[in-house]
Amino acid sequence: MKQYILKRLGLSVITVFLVAVIVFFLTHILPGNVARQYLGRGATEEDLVEFRRVFGLDKPLLSQLFIWIKDLLQGDLGTSMQYRGPVADLLLPAIGYSSKLAGVAFFLIVPISIFGGVIAAMNRGKKIDRVITVGGLSAAVIPEFVWAIVLVLTVGVTFQIFPVTAFPEEGNRGVLNQIWHLILPSISLLLVLFGYIARIARAGVIEALESDYMRTAVLKGLSRKKAVTKHVLRNALLPTIAVIASQVPYLIGGLIAVEIVFNYPGFGTILKGAVDARDYAVLQSGVIISSLVIVGFQLIADILFALLNPRIRQKVSE
Amino acid sequence: MTEKKLSSLAERSNAERQQIRRERMQLVLRNKTFLVGAVILAFWVILAIFGNLIAPRGASDQDFEFVSVGPSLKYWFGTDANGQDVLSRVILGTRLIVVMSFTATALGTVVGTALGLAAGYFKGKFDMIVMRLIEAISAIPVLIIALLAIAALEGRSPTLTVIVIGFVFTPNIGRTVRAAVLGESELEYVAAARLRTERTPHILFREILPNVLPPIIVEFTVRLGYAIFAIATLSFLGAGVEYGSPNWGSQIAENWGSIYANVWWATAFPALAIASLAVSVNLISDSLLEVFEI
Amino acid sequence: MSETPTLELRNLEVAYTVRGIDRQVLRDVSFSIAPGEAYGFVGESGCGKSTAAFAAMRYLPRNGKITGGSILFEGNNIVDMSDGQVSDLRRSAISMVYQNPATALNPTIRVGDQVAEVFQLNGVSKSDALAMAEQALTRVQIADPIQVLRRYAHQLSGGMAQRVVIAMALASNPRLLVMDEPTTGLDATVEAEVLDLVRELRRDTGTAVLFISHNLGVIRHMCDRVGVLYAGALVEQGATADLFNNPSHPYTVGLLRCIPRGGLHKSTDRLDTIPGTPPALGTKFDGCVFAARCALAEDKCQSSQPQMVTIKGNHVARCFLSDKASSLPRSAEQIEFASQSATTAHEVGETLLNVSHLSKVFTQDGHQVRVINDVSLTLGVGETLGLVGESGSGKTTIAKLVLGLTAPEEGGVVSLDGKGLAKTLNRRDVHDVGAMQIVFQNPDQALNRRHSVTRIVGRAVERLRSFSVSESIDRAHELLSGMRVEATLHSARPVQLSGGLKQRVAISRAFAGAPQIVVCDEPTSALDVSVQAAILNLLVDLQKQDKTSFIFISHDLGVVRYISDRIAVLYLGRVVEFGSSQRVFNGPFHPYTEALLSSVPNFDGSIRKRIPLTGVVPSPSNPPSGCVLNPRCPRKAGSGYETLCETEEPNLTEVEPGHFMRCHIPVAKLKQLQS
Repeated sequence: MKQYILKRLGLSVITVFLVAVIVFFLTHILPGNVARQYLGRGATEEDLVEFRRVFGLDKPLLSQLFIWIKDLLQGDLGTSMQYRGPVADLLLPAIGYSSKLAGVAFFLIVPISIFGGVIAAMNRGKKIDRVITVGGLSAAVIPEFVWAIVLVLTVGVTFQIFPVTAFPEEGNRGVLNQIWHLILPSISLLLVLFGYIARIARAGVIEALESDYMRTAVLKGLSRKKAVTKHVLRNALLPTIAVIASQVPYLIGGLIAVEIVFNYPGFGTILKGAVDARDYAVLQSGVIISSLVIVGFQLIADILFALLNPRIRQKVSE
Repeated sequence: MTEKKLSSLAERSNAERQQIRRERMQLVLRNKTFLVGAVILAFWVILAIFGNLIAPRGASDQDFEFVSVGPSLKYWFGTDANGQDVLSRVILGTRLIVVMSFTATALGTVVGTALGLAAGYFKGKFDMIVMRLIEAISAIPVLIIALLAIAALEGRSPTLTVIVIGFVFTPNIGRTVRAAVLGESELEYVAAARLRTERTPHILFREILPNVLPPIIVEFTVRLGYAIFAIATLSFLGAGVEYGSPNWGSQIAENWGSIYANVWWATAFPALAIASLAVSVNLISDSLLEVFEI
Repeated sequence: MSETPTLELRNLEVAYTVRGIDRQVLRDVSFSIAPGEAYGFVGESGCGKSTAAFAAMRYLPRNGKITGGSILFEGNNIVDMSDGQVSDLRRSAISMVYQNPATALNPTIRVGDQVAEVFQLNGVSKSDALAMAEQALTRVQIADPIQVLRRYAHQLSGGMAQRVVIAMALASNPRLLVMDEPTTGLDATVEAEVLDLVRELRRDTGTAVLFISHNLGVIRHMCDRVGVLYAGALVEQGATADLFNNPSHPYTVGLLRCIPRGGLHKSTDRLDTIPGTPPALGTKFDGCVFAARCALAEDKCQSSQPQMVTIKGNHVARCFLSDKASSLPRSAEQIEFASQSATTAHEVGETLLNVSHLSKVFTQDGHQVRVINDVSLTLGVGETLGLVGESGSGKTTIAKLVLGLTAPEEGGVVSLDGKGLAKTLNRRDVHDVGAMQIVFQNPDQALNRRHSVTRIVGRAVERLRSFSVSESIDRAHELLSGMRVEATLHSARPVQLSGGLKQRVAISRAFAGAPQIVVCDEPTSALDVSVQAAILNLLVDLQKQDKTSFIFISHDLGVVRYISDRIAVLYLGRVVEFGSSQRVFNGPFHPYTEALLSSVPNFDGSIRKRIPLTGVVPSPSNPPSGCVLNPRCPRKAGSGYETLCETEEPNLTEVEPGHFMRCHIPVAKLKQLQS
């Protein structure tokens, strides 16, 4: 098992390293471009040279890459071009806010989606199944910001049930009130992610329902309900774990749009600001951090999957 | 004589082929989900082609007597804060998103299919390298990598956006195709082809590819929905399309603030447009999934 | 019979809804099983055997429903019972054992908990239930039950998993045990063990058994009475011996005739076939269900449905002409097409293929697994070499090595006509590739489902014979027609053809390049016996005509015996015996061959004393020292060669002219032990 975890960990490190390389070359694909892009067309040659010197862009490309990765490994995320301060000071508090939003969303999304999938599978072919599968996936292809608008227009502005900003006013930031304000943005994220997770959960449950061991359980004399809870759910929900992890990139992508619509000072808002200002230092670090989170979740999911699945558990512990 | 035989053979297998096609078409057409999706999509495609002729007003026509006025007989969808006709801007915004999402998805599908075919068939080191790259690209959220690339590479060109989105879609398609090819290449008809001295390109494209087409078609429609999703979001965030050109995402972004003043029509109609286009594509992919029984 | 039967089906009708239409799968089926009796159902695929078995449990697939009749368990109709009542019955009185034991167990729950669950359902506490589970495993002769209880399904061999499933089924002391193909998919020696176990348990418990199998030999050994199903209808029923000795329905007669039974050989006997194919699911009949394929059928057979007539005692047949059934005309089609063989200069018997010192090592999860170890064989012109052995013995790998689909380890040589061939396919020239072709087991996977039949065969002609496209198509049509694939089917896709036709297409393709050698890898295993006979006849005809040589791989010893001239017996990647078909089947035997042959239940009713192989097949990644068979060898103990067997691997030596064995025990001693 230990060996398996180490192997997965090694692969994850390779992935993050490749992400770093891809990101670096995307931003530096045209030499000198970064400075020109940042300073705009009006910049003089001297301005460019000075800018490149300050941000180390005058060095050869490969050594820039090397320095950048070395700094990253030491926890140095670089200097923001926009604010001329450490990127970490800018990003870390924002990530804190985003984690709160993502956390609330996660606790809403996972149980509701799995429950929806199980209900659909148990009622396969019936109306409720169609509503959950077709409706769920249709909801999933509508961008978060569109959902956010719909939600704000209906429950926010017209019925005024939920607050339309995600961040409570100063002096009123109790935990419950914060969560209360995060419900509407979380629902936008839920609407987008529900379809995929529910669909996989449904497929898993159907496969288990049609399995030979389910037949064995029923023919042993278990009632259908008991056979489902005892023999189906565990096997069915195993693959769902992996799928939930695979949705993390979409969750992070969704944060950007949702945070902007709901005016929430998170990671996404900072990134959007960095795009507008062409602050590459912030963007690069933002990408690295998000892929670290994604790869981390994937790793946890893989290990969890192996732990819960005796076949893999045995194979990896050999 | 041989020729005669051949042509009669061709006729027969044509008839055969037609029948298979007819049966499958019937299966698709009988599917209500597909019909609803196809009708909506056809509606948008027609608007994308003939939008200029249909739209009652020009994209940048302004009517300062009607600023932020709700839907009326004159302006069916109302006007925005600039006095522009919401309906015309929705109609004229269709072409950009339809063309961009189709080309981006097609690009991703072609490149992804080629990579997936090769990785699944050759296995070994090549497969390992491709898979690591695919994993790395999938570990970056689509939206963020697109924002980064667009910011880095002289911003707001639709062509660039198409390339970037095509690029980030390759892993998904590549992975789907690779998985299908891995399964197929174990089947004995591949061994049989090798046993009649077929070369690798023939095996890949003539033997294996036709058998993995259904998952590719389904993946294409799924990705198409996502391309619409991504392009709309990017333009909402002010990236990926040129300033001022009519498009739904920017239209929403520009009028977002007036929502609190109860000017709902300036955002609601483009939002509805995005939603219906994306859902129509999803309905089609869903029904194909059913027909191909994947 | 005065006592209430344990199970009685009365006029049972079952239908499946497929694409919106109800299709009947059981037609008016009536039979009963007395307490303690074993009743068997035989029939080909799609005849409704399994449906009947599951109906007895009142467990039908989602699209299945009972449309008429009743199922009485000890006099109570379970069709009308509530779900709760049926569950009660399943908990306490009826149990089932089915095919694929490995998937019948839940992969994420320990075996012990699954067996204990049965006891818990009947109100036993968890700890007591585990203790009872241990006893249950002991009862099915599992040696270390405590160990097994702690395992998961994937850690059990097929035979072991089936024992666990049987233990689970017997845990409730059922009064009826339904067994649906319980040994299908298991190796012959394992099958024999499981069948012995079931017979013993039945003797001890007196449980009534409903036994389903496509294997007539198994049914003959296991059952007191037999019913024959065809197209969902019971066509004949009677005491096992009566039915097998005096079949009285033309279908039963035909079925028994087309099996290559002991002693038949291609050189002297031609197999009978049943013309036509079984009807599609849910076909409607005005007359007898078998009339369309029956050589005796008269007008009334087509127009009115026959009733059961009594033959003798409780032996009944649903046929107007049951008294004439035994005179059913023989039917055996002959192929007819011009020979196109490119090389006919050889004499039959002259050595064509020489395989020497082939080995193959696979790397699996970091372990080196030697799946083929130093195999040497020869094959003559026009000769058939049978490869026999249980799963994992390396039969298919040898075929792949010979064909060049995978490369052998250093030192292995394949030579054709005295010329050494390149190790892999892509380095062999067109002639060498075309000279050796293969017919695979599963035509669904071997034929590209997107290509037409013409294209599949035509392309092979084009590539291997360098014909032009139009010549290739002509030749493909000739080939196909010769193999009895009608012209109207030439433009069809494989999916539109029946299993037998698909295999004919695959054979046409293999013969497209006028091959000298064709490897047949279980070519009939996926087919019903009536179709199998026709395919075997076709292969024999082709061989006679073209002097083609075959390497014939099969797990069915009857088939191998019928078609082979020489046979190689494989165990753990080694040839343990090699000789003429006659020698290998009549002895003296290698101890492994002896055990293998004795494990096959003959359907002629003759009982052979089973020579058991103890223990399980060792993993090829960690073979035993000395002779690889020695831990399981039935002849080692008391032979006087024990030490040698355990320390030194024997060589393949010629014990009689043309008869090779890999055994330390001298052949004279073996002969003496085996007499």
